[in-house]
Amino acid sequence: MRRSKQRSQQRSTGKLLLGIFAAAVFAFLLLPLLVVFPISFSSASYLQFPPPGYSLQWYQRYLDDPSWIEATIRSVQAATLCTVLAMGLGVPLSFFLVRSRLPGIRLLDRLTAAPIIVPTIIISIALYGVFSRLQLIGEWYGVAIAHTVLALPFVVILVSASLRSFDEAQEQAAAGLGASWPWIIWRVTLPQLRPSLVSAAFLSFISSFDELVLAMFLSGTSMTLPKKMFDNILMEIDPTIAAVSVLQILLVSVALGLTTLFGRGALTTTITR
Amino acid sequence: MSSPGHNREVIARRRERGLLLLAVPALLLLGAIFAWPVLRLLSMSVEGGTLAHFEKAALDGLYVSVLLDSMKIALMVMGICLVLAYPVALWLSRAGRVGLALGMFALLLPFWTSVLVRTYAWLVLLGRNGVINRTLRDWGWIEAPLPLLHNTAGVLIGMVHVLLPYMVLPIYASLLRIDPDLPRAAEGLGAPAWRSFLRITLPLSLPGVSAGCALVFVLSLGFFITPALLGGGHVVMVSMLIEQQVREFLDWPFAAALSTLLLLATLAIYALIGRLTRGARLATQ
Repeated sequence: MRRSKQRSQQRSTGKLLLGIFAAAVFAFLLLPLLVVFPISFSSASYLQFPPPGYSLQWYQRYLDDPSWIEATIRSVQAATLCTVLAMGLGVPLSFFLVRSRLPGIRLLDRLTAAPIIVPTIIISIALYGVFSRLQLIGEWYGVAIAHTVLALPFVVILVSASLRSFDEAQEQAAAGLGASWPWIIWRVTLPQLRPSLVSAAFLSFISSFDELVLAMFLSGTSMTLPKKMFDNILMEIDPTIAAVSVLQILLVSVALGLTTLFGRGALTTTITR
Repeated sequence: MSSPGHNREVIARRRERGLLLLAVPALLLLGAIFAWPVLRLLSMSVEGGTLAHFEKAALDGLYVSVLLDSMKIALMVMGICLVLAYPVALWLSRAGRVGLALGMFALLLPFWTSVLVRTYAWLVLLGRNGVINRTLRDWGWIEAPLPLLHNTAGVLIGMVHVLLPYMVLPIYASLLRIDPDLPRAAEGLGAPAWRSFLRITLPLSLPGVSAGCALVFVLSLGFFITPALLGGGHVVMVSMLIEQQVREFLDWPFAAALSTLLLLATLAIYALIGRLTRGARLATQ
C-alpha cells in the first residue's frame, strides 16, 4: 500500500519535471517569434527594446518602399510557379514510383530524395555555374525552377505515402463501369489524396517563399524577399524587417491553420518518415 | 492467338508505358536542373587529371581547421538538440489532446517561419545591448553583458533553434510506435518507472533517435545562413568557405573539391546511421 503510494508520488514528480522541461523548450522555440511583434510596432527611429511607444511607421515604410514590394511580388511569383511545377511534375511521378513494377524502381524512389540530402550550397553553386552560362541569373522563373528541384522530393514523399494506402480496386470498379482513365484519376483517386495534396502544395509554396541560399546565387540584382531581408540585416538592422517578419509569421500561421484543417496531419509525416 | 495470358501481358505493358510517360517530365527536370549540374561541378574538382585541389583542402592548415570546426559545430548542435528534444518528444507522446495540439503548434510554427525572421530575432535578443543582456542586467544577475553574439555560442543557439524540430519529430514518431502495454506490463511486474523507461522505452525509441541525429548532423554540416549572420565572421563553416571560393576568388576547382568532401561526409553519415538504425531495429525485435 505505502509503496505504491510512494511510487505514484514519484511518478507525478517525474511527470511535473518533464512538463516543466518541455514548457521551457517550447518557450525557447517561440521566444524569437514573439519578440518580433513589439519591435515591429515601435515608434523609435532605431532598434530599441522594449519600444518607447507604438506606431505603424515600419509597416508604412515597408508598403512605401518599392524595392520591398517588388521583392515580395517576385517571391510570390516564384513560389507560385514553383508550387505549380512541383505539383504538376511530382504527383504524376509519385504514381509512377508507387505503381510501376519495373526493376530498379526502389532505387529510383530513393534517388528522387537526393535533392534534400545534397547540401543546398552545393546545388546552389552547381546551378550558379549552369545558369550564368544560360543567362538565367536574375530571372524570377530561374529561381522558381531551381526551387522546384528542392520541393519535388517533399511532394513525392507526401503523395506517394497516401497513394500507397489507396485501394486500387476502386479504380478498377470505375473502369469496369466504363469510365475513362483520366476521368477516374480526377474523380476517384485525386479527391481521396486531397489531404496530402494540400500539404504538399503548402510545403512547396513555403519552401520556395522562404528559400535564401539558392536565391542568393540565382536572383542577381532582382532580389527575392529573403535576399532583400538578408541584405537588410547585414546593412542596417532597422525595424522594417520586423514588420516584414510579422507579416510573414501571420502568413505562415494562416497557411498552417488551413493546411491542418484540410491536410489532416499529413504535414508532420514528411519529417517523421 | 489472343490467349487470356497474352492479353494480360499486353495490358500490363501498356500500363507500364503509361506510368513511365507520367514520370518523364519530372525525371527530365531532375536530370537537367539537379543531377547534371551537380555532377558537372563535382567533376571540376579533378579537372586536368590532378588531385592538387584535394591536397590543398587536406594539407593547408586553414582549410583543415574549417572542416574540423564544421564537424565540431555539427556534433555540438546534434548533442544539444538530442538533450532538448528527447524529453519534449516523451512529453508529447504522453500528452492529452489539448497538450498535443499546443505542443505541435509551438513546434511547427517556428519550423515553418523563415530562417531569416528567426535569425533576425536572435540578433535582437542576443546582442550586447540585446533583450537578454538588458534584462539580466536590470535584474542584477550580471554586471557586464554576456558575449552571446558573433561567436560560437550565438551560432549554436541559432542553429539549435532551427534544427530542434528535426530531432523532436522522428523521436516522437518512434515513441508512438511503442506498444503501450510493454512499459505497463513491466511496471505491473514491479519495475519502477525509471527502470521500465531505461529498459523498454529508451531502447525501442533508438531508431527515432538515430534518424533525428543523422538529419540534424547532416543539415548542420551544410548550414549557411545562420552561421553567416550570427557568427559575425568569427565562425566559418564549410559552406561559407565554398561560397567564398566561388564568389570572391572564382576558384571553381577548389570549391568543387570542397563540395565533394562535404557531399562525401554527408553520404557517409547517412550510410552509417542507416546501418545503426537497422542494427537497433534488429536488436529490439
